[in-house]
Amino acid sequence: MSKTTKQQIEDITSSEYQYGFTTNIKEDRIPNGLNENIVRTISTIKNEPKWLLDWRLKAYKHWLKMPEPKWSNLHYPKIDFNDLCYYSAPKKKKQLQSLDEVDPELLATYDKLGIPLNEQKMLSGVAVDAVFDSVSVVTTFKETLKKAGVIFCSFSEAVQDYPHLIKKYLGKVVPYTDNYYAALNSAVFSDGSFVYIPKGTRCPMELSTYFRINAANTGQFERTLIIADDDSYVSYLEGCTAPMRDENQLHAAVVELITLENAEIKYSTVQNWYPGDKNGKGGIYNFVTKRGLCKGYKSKISWTQIETGSALTWKYPSCILKGNNSIGEFYSVALSNNFQQADTGTKMIHIGNNTKSTIISKGISAGHGQQTYRGEVRVMKNAKNARNYSECDSILIGDNCGAHTFPYIDIKNSTAKIEHEATTSKIGEEQLFYCNQRGISTEDAITLIINGFCKSVFKELPMEFAVEAQKLMEISLEGAIG
Amino acid sequence: MKNNMLKIKKLSAGIEGKKILNNINLDINEGEFHVIMGTNGTGKSTLGNILSGKDNYQISSGDIIYKGESIIDLPPEERAHRGIFMSFQYPISIPGVNTMHFLRTAVNSIRKSQNKEEIEPGKFIKIFKEKLELIGLKNEFSKRSVNDGFSGGEKKRFEIIQMLLLNPELIILDETDSGLDIDALKIVAEGINTFRTKKNSFILITHYNRILKYLNPDYVHVMLNGTIVKSGDKNLALELEEKGYEWIK
Repeated sequence: MSKTTKQQIEDITSSEYQYGFTTNIKEDRIPNGLNENIVRTISTIKNEPKWLLDWRLKAYKHWLKMPEPKWSNLHYPKIDFNDLCYYSAPKKKKQLQSLDEVDPELLATYDKLGIPLNEQKMLSGVAVDAVFDSVSVVTTFKETLKKAGVIFCSFSEAVQDYPHLIKKYLGKVVPYTDNYYAALNSAVFSDGSFVYIPKGTRCPMELSTYFRINAANTGQFERTLIIADDDSYVSYLEGCTAPMRDENQLHAAVVELITLENAEIKYSTVQNWYPGDKNGKGGIYNFVTKRGLCKGYKSKISWTQIETGSALTWKYPSCILKGNNSIGEFYSVALSNNFQQADTGTKMIHIGNNTKSTIISKGISAGHGQQTYRGEVRVMKNAKNARNYSECDSILIGDNCGAHTFPYIDIKNSTAKIEHEATTSKIGEEQLFYCNQRGISTEDAITLIINGFCKSVFKELPMEFAVEAQKLMEISLEGAIG
Repeated sequence: MKNNMLKIKKLSAGIEGKKILNNINLDINEGEFHVIMGTNGTGKSTLGNILSGKDNYQISSGDIIYKGESIIDLPPEERAHRGIFMSFQYPISIPGVNTMHFLRTAVNSIRKSQNKEEIEPGKFIKIFKEKLELIGLKNEFSKRSVNDGFSGGEKKRFEIIQMLLLNPELIILDETDSGLDIDALKIVAEGINTFRTKKNSFILITHYNRILKYLNPDYVHVMLNGTIVKSGDKNLALELEEKGYEWIK
């Protein structure tokens, strides 16, 4: 009889990573290792003010005292933090004045990744900050945005040009004492993106940062800080890829969002770091702290994430709902194939009155992939009329993968209304046969079923990226079918 | 003389070591309407599943010849490409997958296998709505997910819509009449009748003859313990109704 469905599923879920190439470019890199001198060196390279160096050093000293967290459902060999390079940048001859001066090798790299940095070629209406290893190489449409009063630049530039804003907000949502990886990032972060949307401004274009790790044996530690002032709105998207390498690479980012009165930030992530090979060799260790503070009345933060890459994912984009009537949202699709492991979810902390949060999490496990949803909904004592709706669904493809759900609910105010729903299902042979019987191949059927499963999250993405995300799911699940 | 559509030759098959079908022989010509009747558990649905290519059944002997070629080694999608369609007894739901998108994917997969151009979304919407109307379903149906939250009747009607759009030549109707009220039964039967041509052949699997008065079949077969024990014309169904399955045993 025909090749069994099981065999077909195995074929389909074992595919090659598309962005695994390396760029041959000269690097400026500092010696491996982590000590006070390395922290000082990074700060010196960045020409930072003393207060920032002091902050880094405090973070470093705090990190030394912290134990590595062990509570996640992730299994990996011990990371030797002294055997990593903490700063590597493409060599440049002089200060860049325009895009024409960017190394053609770098432009070609981004072209190959489908992110043309040439403004004429770009998706209209999307400005990009391109971060390559430890530095931002270019930010497009900076001038257009400036006219609208929007600041969009690399973190390093922001430290030089807008020190008052950085000093005011850095570490306010994620203090360096927050957790092990946040402390490490605060000590050694090398670049990232900075966004400020002034009062009453709707950002005229989508903003996006594209992160690329290229150099071998290097960690990437970037920070993103977005501030939306009163009555403003911005939609921001980040994308990530890395070459295929046999050793594991560390990525530990911090993202801080702040919305003031009646402001909204929509933050979308398409994370496609190298996931490792079929046997679980190589891949990025992704330890990320993302948190948003809804500071003002009626402010809103919405996280949407599509997580298909990385060997390990440790990530909980969260919202602190401090302003009265503020809203937090978390929409997530996470896929673990082969030997990938993901421990991801969110925290919604209700502090203000009439605060509302929504959590929709979709986990997909294939191959030997392991998927954990970990979420916390906390309603503080004085938060009246808090509302939360959580929905966590998992789907399993094949017999060797797993899905786990850890919802924590902590309610200290009796007026809260909390709803939680969770399901786990297996991609059914009945569903596949039904599609097959209608002439649809098993490969297309799996894509169809998975996209249907993820629909409620995909519809939260900006239009162009929703299509992108669907394609990414296809690629992550597709393979030669015999 | 009419061309042969399907020839089942000495077919024996089972699942997980359990024998279900036992030496089945059946000849179906173009344009013919065959009915297979029998009590629960006699292997009627197994026969439908094996004809449409569901795996996890083991065929121990015999062959299935469709339009002159053995299809026993073909996967289900390829059988569908060649014109075999099954209306499921229990259509499964696929949450989040829009009915129209699903059907357009199916239609285009089949067209692609025949080297035909894909149908444009705009054109497809029009055709889809025509079929919805024919089968008595509202336009909003095009916004729902495949079989998700459908009533029993809606599921069966949707199966018939799929048949009309996929344009198959051999149609297996697995208990398409069960779970339908009398009005729905009539509409479904009409849908089937609009699709009867000199070329298309049907196999209807059923317990009852209540749908048969609308369909006018050419042959009726009675299945018992995995084999066909009696064949005749539509009067056999009437006789069976009168005397019960005990009469055959």
